[in-house]
Amino acid sequence: MKKIYSVLVENRSGVLCKVAGLFSRRSYNIDSLAVGETDDPAVSCMTIVSSGDERTIEQIEKQLNKKLDVIKVKTFDEAASVSRELMLIKVKYNKGNRRDIMETCEIMKADIVDMSKNLMIIQICDVPEKTALMIKMLQSISVVEVARTGTLALPKCLETE
Amino acid sequence: MIGADAIVKCLEEEGVEYVFGYPGVAICPFYNSILESDIQTILIRTEQNAAHAASGLARVSGKVGVCAVTSGPGATNVITGIATAFADSIPLVCITGQVNSELIGSDVFQEADITGAVESFVKYSYLVKDANDIPRIFKEAFYIANSGRRGPVLIDVPIDIQKASLKKFVYPESVSLRTYKPTVKGHAVQIKKVIGELAKAKRPIICTGGGVLLSGAEKELRVFAEKYSIPVVSTMMGIGVMPTKHPMYYGMVGNNGKPYANRAMNESDLLIMVGARVADRAVSQPDLITENKVLVHIDVDPAEIGKNVGAAIPLVGDAKHIFEDIAKEEFTCEHDAWIETLNQYRETMGKVRNPNPAYVDPAEFIRILSEKMEDDAVYVADVGQNQIWSCSYHIVKNGRFLTTGGMGTMGYSIPAAMGAKLACPDRQVIAVCGDGSFQMSMMELATMRQFHVPVKIIVLKNNYLGMVREYQHYNYKDNYSVVDLSGSPDLEKMAMAYDMKFMRLLNMENVENVITEFLSGDESVLLECVIDPMDLV
Repeated sequence: MKKIYSVLVENRSGVLCKVAGLFSRRSYNIDSLAVGETDDPAVSCMTIVSSGDERTIEQIEKQLNKKLDVIKVKTFDEAASVSRELMLIKVKYNKGNRRDIMETCEIMKADIVDMSKNLMIIQICDVPEKTALMIKMLQSISVVEVARTGTLALPKCLETE
Repeated sequence: MIGADAIVKCLEEEGVEYVFGYPGVAICPFYNSILESDIQTILIRTEQNAAHAASGLARVSGKVGVCAVTSGPGATNVITGIATAFADSIPLVCITGQVNSELIGSDVFQEADITGAVESFVKYSYLVKDANDIPRIFKEAFYIANSGRRGPVLIDVPIDIQKASLKKFVYPESVSLRTYKPTVKGHAVQIKKVIGELAKAKRPIICTGGGVLLSGAEKELRVFAEKYSIPVVSTMMGIGVMPTKHPMYYGMVGNNGKPYANRAMNESDLLIMVGARVADRAVSQPDLITENKVLVHIDVDPAEIGKNVGAAIPLVGDAKHIFEDIAKEEFTCEHDAWIETLNQYRETMGKVRNPNPAYVDPAEFIRILSEKMEDDAVYVADVGQNQIWSCSYHIVKNGRFLTTGGMGTMGYSIPAAMGAKLACPDRQVIAVCGDGSFQMSMMELATMRQFHVPVKIIVLKNNYLGMVREYQHYNYKDNYSVVDLSGSPDLEKMAMAYDMKFMRLLNMENVENVITEFLSGDESVLLECVIDPMDLV
């Protein structure tokens, strides 16, 4: 079962280490992890995607809540959230495949944000399945390097909120 | 006022009487400042034991135990003691010296990343970066250690911070932590559900863990069990919640526990687990404690509920609060037949030992010892066969039984007994260890002598690491590997070296007199009991 944890933490040194350490110490998976400051500079938000059985999913939330630097933990399903991942892919291109790449970018709503004579950087910001698909599509071309943010997510807006 | 003075002031504000530790350059400003204070410093002989001694003190006094050691190896040595306190949920504040702030990260002499190293063994840790933060940090640390689920807190203080001046020392009156608000009061709806189940139950039972002792809920639990005739079993850490001979007490559960206690727990239809983690040694098959029964799990740490076993009724809160609230409810329950069954199990399922008459029988020895001990005596069991015999045959009257059931750290008993004796000098404090565990802490005989801590020590000597030997007996067909302890020191000569009274018991012939003499007077005695090397628990 896949779960997204949105974890608000005190923006102190060592917090990332404590949270990541908790996952490794208790053999929980981290599928992806993204960290950034929130609107309050004293608070950071960690978005952690993890998976496990029901008991593990529950334990992760409880163990996170036990950490004294953790302010709040929100747990939600992918379906109940808006999630995005930003990915930059550097590829080698040539005359023969340039058009194909551009077409793929168009279909996938990706942008070419930098290029040289034989290299280009493609940027895609989409749901994690789409970013994964983009890599797959570009695999036949020579991918030089990839940088990705990991999943960022917020629970969907509800009328009742 | 400098940082080091401020630390001492904080300890005074918290009512600390003893600091166990070992100095080094990085903690010297602190040890210099403490000379001006009434707080007594105890120079322990190895840092690990500073944490164990603080643990012993904390467990009998309910106060936070404090230790202070230097940076680098001093700090890393104390880790096992901290991890032990963490596993056993004992409140400690451990102060470590650290190299100069500006040098942190450059691998200078005696530098260790101690806050990083202890991360998974502490409730929280601090690296002090500004001397002005000292009052707040210490106030928080003591509060965190001794509230909610108890545990150790480490404060790492660089030497330059200890020497830096504070603008002003104000000890905060209260703590405000937005991320830490432990739930102590049980949810009323859940409590109602428990009452409902109790009224229905035909075979109810309570299993107490160390959490009951930590919350000081022994009396409440006892009164409750008596009022409604509810049988009680305990985990190893829960020994002492009920007097051993209490009619409603049916012994320790687990793979080393009483067969009738396990049977009682498994056959119940309502099991109330309180302050117990449901760890493997107490409950080897978690399925059995949910099968055909309603499991109520009471714990102050919500993460413990559902970690090892799913409870039908989870109840988060402090045991004392919860039993006070339960006591307010009135209900009736009827289960005489169940009590009768359990009494029958208790009578017929006892373990029969065949002791070798050429040696001291540890079971009978411990039984006689505990009967002769004062009512409120503190019995500290180490780890190994001695621990299992102690759990099985020690009779708690109105005293305390201390051991490290969570971590199982050998060498715990002597330093913990020292801490306990300092906390309650008027009580008998007896450490029982094996010859293996004794040798892990025997350097503390010097501490006992230096600071006049009259702990009485019993060494059950069998020239083996008995528990492992027993394991190898069962699992490796007596292929003993690295368990032979021959080469151990002559304990009589050791006692002489430390000016300690020495006694030796070779068999059961004169046991009564030897124990009487051993227990008489408030002086340190080392009693060697020679037991059959092949004896099994």
